[in-house]
Amino acid sequence: MVKARFDASIDELSRVIDLVNETILKAGWSDALLPVMDVAVEEIFVNIASYAYQTLPDADKYADITIDAEDDRVKIVFEDEGIEYNPLLRDDPDVTLPAGERKIGGLGIYMVKKSMDGVTYARTDGKNVFTIMKKRTD
Amino acid sequence: MARKGVVFACKLLLHGKGENMTISETRNGESITLSVEGRVDATTSAQLQNSILLAFQKVRDLVLDFEQCEYVSSAGLRALLIGQKTAQSKGGQMKLIHVGDTFMSVLKLSGFDSIITIE
Repeated sequence: MVKARFDASIDELSRVIDLVNETILKAGWSDALLPVMDVAVEEIFVNIASYAYQTLPDADKYADITIDAEDDRVKIVFEDEGIEYNPLLRDDPDVTLPAGERKIGGLGIYMVKKSMDGVTYARTDGKNVFTIMKKRTD
Repeated sequence: MARKGVVFACKLLLHGKGENMTISETRNGESITLSVEGRVDATTSAQLQNSILLAFQKVRDLVLDFEQCEYVSSAGLRALLIGQKTAQSKGGQMKLIHVGDTFMSVLKLSGFDSIITIE
């Protein structure tokens, strides 16, 4: 299990992705699974960096990321002390609309829900705790 | 002595911390091909969007070549949706070529495979 604290800033995205990929590869997973994890991790981290501390200028703006890669599944937990926000409550976008009527909002979290095998949100001790889990398929 | 067809090619090198995407533009008559190399993520997708919009200021038809692109996140979809809407408003076409497996699954998950031309 690897835990690291990052500034809640989009500039940290590549470091976050690098750590996730390294940790998953060390656990013996195939690199074919990495892009799927990267898309989900990027979505959640960028959401934290963009919105969690938007109305909290004096906060210590961080995101703690815990990566637990085992033989049969990988679990990644994101924690921040930003404003309470459960992205899972957001309505799913209508992915059948024609281009002219499409809106981009909500698409990212919808894709996280669809691509992962488990997604949970909790508000614990003043923190947003968002967990994604992917079963091994390779 | 320029061969008919390819009028010019230029490279727009991106810079900045962690940004790792290059877009090469090739004009072929009334069409532009943008070859995307590297990663399209939250830090680079705005540049892709700008390149798409700039191309549509010059031509009606755009080809996006993802052969050298290793990764596209949902941030890239925003650029593609804006590109698709622009193509439709101009009566032109936007086409994606050499789409890899992971990017294809992102396009399918989001339903973009039904609104964007993928070859």
